[in-house]
Amino acid sequence: MSTAAEPPASSAGDAALSHPLHREDVRALQRLDPGAWRTQLMARVRAGARPLTVYGRRDGDRVLLTAVLLGEGGFSLLRTSVHPAGGYHELTSEIPALHCFERELHEQLGVRVAGHPWLRPIRYQGKDQAAMNSYPFYRVEGKEVHEVNVGPIHAGVIEPGVFRFACFGEHVLHLEIHLGFQHRGVEERLLRKDPRALAPLVETIAGDTSAAHAWAYAAALEALTAPAGGAREASGGAQEASGGTQEASDGAAARARARAIALELERVAMHLAGLSGLAADVGFVPGASTYGRLRTTAINTTMNLCGSRFSRGAIRPFAQPQRGGLALAKLVQKNLTLLRTDLAIIHECFLSSRTVRHRLAGVGVVSADTARQLGLVGMAARASGVALDARSPGRGAFAAPPLDVCVEPAGDCLARARLRIAELSASLRWLELACAEGLAEPAAPEPARPLLPEQLAIAVVEGWRGEVIHCVETDEQGRVIHYKVQDPSLRNWMGLAMAVRGNEISDFPICNKSFDLSYCGNDL
Amino acid sequence: MSLLSLLRVRLSQGQQAIADVRTAVPAGFRGRPSLADAACPDDCHACIAACPTPVAAISKAPLAIDLGRCVFCAECATACPEAKITFGESPHMAATSRDGLTLTAGRPHGDAEARAQVHASQAFHKLFGRSLKLRQVSAGGCNACELELGAAANVNFDVSRFGIDWVASPRHADALVLSGTLTRTMRDAVRLCWDAMPEPRFVIAVGACAISGGLHEGSRGVDRGFLDDVAPALYVPGCPPHPLTFVNAILDFLGVP
Repeated sequence: MSTAAEPPASSAGDAALSHPLHREDVRALQRLDPGAWRTQLMARVRAGARPLTVYGRRDGDRVLLTAVLLGEGGFSLLRTSVHPAGGYHELTSEIPALHCFERELHEQLGVRVAGHPWLRPIRYQGKDQAAMNSYPFYRVEGKEVHEVNVGPIHAGVIEPGVFRFACFGEHVLHLEIHLGFQHRGVEERLLRKDPRALAPLVETIAGDTSAAHAWAYAAALEALTAPAGGAREASGGAQEASGGTQEASDGAAARARARAIALELERVAMHLAGLSGLAADVGFVPGASTYGRLRTTAINTTMNLCGSRFSRGAIRPFAQPQRGGLALAKLVQKNLTLLRTDLAIIHECFLSSRTVRHRLAGVGVVSADTARQLGLVGMAARASGVALDARSPGRGAFAAPPLDVCVEPAGDCLARARLRIAELSASLRWLELACAEGLAEPAAPEPARPLLPEQLAIAVVEGWRGEVIHCVETDEQGRVIHYKVQDPSLRNWMGLAMAVRGNEISDFPICNKSFDLSYCGNDL
Repeated sequence: MSLLSLLRVRLSQGQQAIADVRTAVPAGFRGRPSLADAACPDDCHACIAACPTPVAAISKAPLAIDLGRCVFCAECATACPEAKITFGESPHMAATSRDGLTLTAGRPHGDAEARAQVHASQAFHKLFGRSLKLRQVSAGGCNACELELGAAANVNFDVSRFGIDWVASPRHADALVLSGTLTRTMRDAVRLCWDAMPEPRFVIAVGACAISGGLHEGSRGVDRGFLDDVAPALYVPGCPPHPLTFVNAILDFLGVP
């Protein structure tokens, strides 16, 4: 797995892309036999490619598996078809980062994943409450060992999920995270409507990450309608999406800029929410109230741009719906300046406070090696020294002004807090420069074009938690036959479980808050 | 960290609380819609076609919006060829009955009339008018409603000035504040929480998901049986509702001026 910053998705052709985006002609995509699929997947990961996702869909009485990797040469896809009952032999023992994908394949599609060491349910999709109540918790045996159960309803105003601790005294031997309480059935629902009208639903996949999910959705859909003529051949017969040539036009550049502004405002707001919560959890009241009220400033800025404090309506495919103009740009600038000046004061107080350092330093450590092995992404990875960031520095909306990728090496709760502080500063710097050039006026949607047949679009967007991935595939008639959604939380929950091991159980709330993961994003 | 820098934080913070939450208007907010009072052509269904919810929140003849389903995307307003639908900034749109959430064309849509959809309860005024403890449960919420409900207690909205507080235990709670579409996997937990609450008690349904199922109405993961048994006493629409919608709904319901 790569340790350095993610290499750009592909070269020259798409310098205008802000995030990795790919379109694959599935007619040209070879269906490997399961053995070869397995071997090649392993070989590519060993060669340094990073698995972005592995997912499946029913295909008659078989299941079609797709693995998506991102490496030096850009995207690469591997596809195979298996009988669910026969399945294939697990890869998790070799590549732990695949654990959640293989568990999902087993749960969603009944694929036998032979020899999987941890075949726990991901979200109890399609199962009933009775099965939910018999979750097979891992038991630690021993005379003095006891279990603590927290949830599904927690003490605060937050989403539900179960945390089961196996403890020896105060010492946590094992934490098992049992989710699925938020499972609504989003993926199924995404196939029921006109694919161009899914934005409001997409915005609720994880409602605190609306902008990132909406951008990934819009990018995937736009790639699926891009004229194939502009696409360029890449290795392995894969075609890079010609979204690059699209974004290159002035209107598209303004659209990308507006989307990036929504995305970075969302990052600022949620980092402030997280720091406020963390400050409250360690009893640092000035931090809780100051970060909290500054979040209000950030989300009210978003509301000025799109009418919603949660970026609802900020991003639509083929359109630029956000408000713009000089007066609004001035107001946004004023708010950004206020954020920057007030944050400078409170950051200094927060980081120099003995309470904060005492409670956060050395607690909930995830080493860089563990982060890489588990395939942690986004903020959780970067706070453990793994420089993964899907935003392409120097490209698209992030080209000018450039956006810094922040990394913290320590991997503890303090590192995750420091990372959020660093990212706040980086995003605010970028926003101030981006908005100084004015805000684009709204642009009406382009006339609807049919989706290209038998294409698979993969869009990656760096949300505030990490990479949001949307994979959309069309059939011979250009209808969407599969919509795969992946929130970064799916991969990062295991990071929290590992962070808590060997810690005091009383430190769990701050570990949990420092990761700040989405329950509904996992449960879908 | 010096005392001086803490004072600087305090000074820079100043007075953050919204002085009068009853009259405050959130600038730029896509809030309560209003409908023009003119008949639509029979063959035009643009608004209904544009509505993203599984059961359209907008209907015709007469033109009406069900705020219990509306996710305030304003796609209908964009789609309407006659520009008859407009979304204003007002956060006042709660109701004490499910029918009270239906807005129709031709009806005046001022704040006073909108607020009249919340019928103050004399009994609850006496019991909870100066102290109301809330237990929030999310059952399929996307964390937007949850964050807005949490924000109601922050330094800006500061609901505790009215004696309204979030509590951790259902034993201490007077009302159950539900958000989310009510997932099948949360069915037992919601019931357990409700059963643990002492009488008198009531349910507040927050957001399109909790009120009607919202964007997930009819999905396989949804089980709304609990709300068939226990009807909410107060409905707070939005996706998510603005904290001002929530705070004003409660104050109107408790008869607090």
